[in-house]
Amino acid sequence: MSGRAAGAERSFEWSTIAPWLRDRGVYVAFAVMVVFNLIFTENFASLITLYNLLIQVTPVLLCSLGLALVIGTEGIDLSVGSIMALSSAAVPLYLGYGWPAALAIALLVGAFAGAINGSLVAFAGIQPIIATLAMLVAGRGLAQIFTNGQLLTVTDPTVLALGQARPFGIPAPVIVAVVAVLVVAFLMKRTTFGRYVLAIGGNRSASYLSGHPVRRTLLAVYIISGLLAAVAGIVATARLSASDPSNIGLLIELSAITAVVVGGTPLTGGRVRLAGTVMGALLMQLILTTFISNNLPFTVAQVLTAGIILVAVYVQKGRGAA
Amino acid sequence: MATGHVQAAEDGSPAGEGGASRRGRLFALLQRRGAIVVLLLVVVAASLRFDSFLTERNLENIALQSSFLGLIVVGMTFVIISGGIDLSVGSQLALGGVLAALMVPVSWVLAILVPVAVCGLIGCGQGLLIAKARMAPFIVTLAGLLGIRGLALALAGEQPIGIANDSPFVWFGQGQILGLTTPIVFLIAAFAVGALVLTRTRYGQAVFAIGGSEESARLMGIPVERTKIIAYTTSGALSGFAGALLAASLAAGQPVAGAGWELDAISAVVVGGTLLTGGAGTLSGSFAGVLLLGILLNVINQLGTLGSYTQQLVSGVFLIAVVLVQAYLTRRQRS
Repeated sequence: MSGRAAGAERSFEWSTIAPWLRDRGVYVAFAVMVVFNLIFTENFASLITLYNLLIQVTPVLLCSLGLALVIGTEGIDLSVGSIMALSSAAVPLYLGYGWPAALAIALLVGAFAGAINGSLVAFAGIQPIIATLAMLVAGRGLAQIFTNGQLLTVTDPTVLALGQARPFGIPAPVIVAVVAVLVVAFLMKRTTFGRYVLAIGGNRSASYLSGHPVRRTLLAVYIISGLLAAVAGIVATARLSASDPSNIGLLIELSAITAVVVGGTPLTGGRVRLAGTVMGALLMQLILTTFISNNLPFTVAQVLTAGIILVAVYVQKGRGAA
Repeated sequence: MATGHVQAAEDGSPAGEGGASRRGRLFALLQRRGAIVVLLLVVVAASLRFDSFLTERNLENIALQSSFLGLIVVGMTFVIISGGIDLSVGSQLALGGVLAALMVPVSWVLAILVPVAVCGLIGCGQGLLIAKARMAPFIVTLAGLLGIRGLALALAGEQPIGIANDSPFVWFGQGQILGLTTPIVFLIAAFAVGALVLTRTRYGQAVFAIGGSEESARLMGIPVERTKIIAYTTSGALSGFAGALLAASLAAGQPVAGAGWELDAISAVVVGGTLLTGGAGTLSGSFAGVLLLGILLNVINQLGTLGSYTQQLVSGVFLIAVVLVQAYLTRRQRS
């Protein structure tokens, strides 16, 4: 934009690069981070590092998939981390009835929390940020009440397998993540539901006037977000071999929102980029891994992450303006 | 609807909504002044239920506990009326407290000035990103919530920093002015000045106009960007000041202080009848909202059966209940 004043030639170059950078910047940034790590981080180029990255990214990735849909409708879901804690708390509490019951209830809890968010947004007309902010605080409080704020260990082999097994050498969380990506991609690309999501985000009144089931679609979107967060909570519990409602999913909403935005989905809705979201989640995890493996204090990492979020959203703004 | 609404909210005359039915006016009045009614009811109920409630000591205690949140709420009211939101206030409070504690050994003057200046500057930065770069307020201040908390923890070495009790600085938290503990006086002063600015100055009018319709405000020639930046700067500075007072009161800078306070601050503002969509609201309502939250907390403590986890649950449910009632009243008012 500043190039326009500097001269016609430069402004032409910038106007071709800028949109490309906004759409594909996440891939460039990821490549840069990989090169940086290959040079500066010891033992980076190994299959273990790759698997660790993929395993660790799963919770963020699952939450950001749901958030991509929510943001596509011009909404936001700040409660994903607390829903993770809620569903995680449900697992050890109901394991007495067998693992299928425990997992089913954990998923139901997530869907139910999502349904509350969705009803408040779709039927009561409350702003998504307020509805889900209340769920963020109340949800974690409830999870802590359920478990008395304590860490409960999980020993059921089937549940633990979800986080720790390696069928065909591939870590189970990676398989869960891939399945989730495929299901969400199918929903968005191949169903009318996907069309409705984009239509609502693009122009809600127009969508309503066109006879789209706006409220039902919004409700469904928040339920899906809650369900995916519940899956993330189950995977996190299985990896930890314990349910820790005070820490599971804490502040994950920030990484997940950033992953979505960095991946090229605008916060103003109407467009969803799933491949970009996956890449964005990988990028956020890689940045965190880089901080940790280079011995940066957690608090400094927090400050840097906040900076990255701001830069990412800033670059995303002005889409189409250049 | 916004401008007529604002007029009515300010001089209290129903002239702005000439066409509205008597019933609509009643709902409008309830929406704007409901907090004061509920506040009175809760006070009466609590004083009947607990003998210790209406004692001077308990009332001063409630006022003191509310004063830190109250200072934040003054800034938050301006931000929300302008149509924005500030989620970073809790972290700003923590940073303010840590900075104050770090500055006490140097000088008590710096201990009160540095938190205000630094947090104000960070607020200004957030305002710049929101107003000039047109980034969404919630994402900017959400990043602020994370980054500022990290900064406070890093500066404090993740430990509370003690403040020597013989430092003149502790007066700001424990001293007396006219028989009242210092933070209470600052709280009253902040609400009085805030209300004057909001209702009697050009700046206050600009805040209402922007919240009503940013485009119209821009077309009217109101300096939209400057107004917003000032609102976020004030919010940051007041949060930092509240943090310094809290540190003086506790004789320690706590880097973990104020977690979740953004929700309480938003609740207090909304309970006070300020619309989350911006364009309408009063500081007297926010004041009632702060006291209401403070009294509810006091009552919960006196009941003594609810833990801190339950308090979290109660704050979340309370906010939703209030927003639901407000949405209902607003809808009834229109129909």
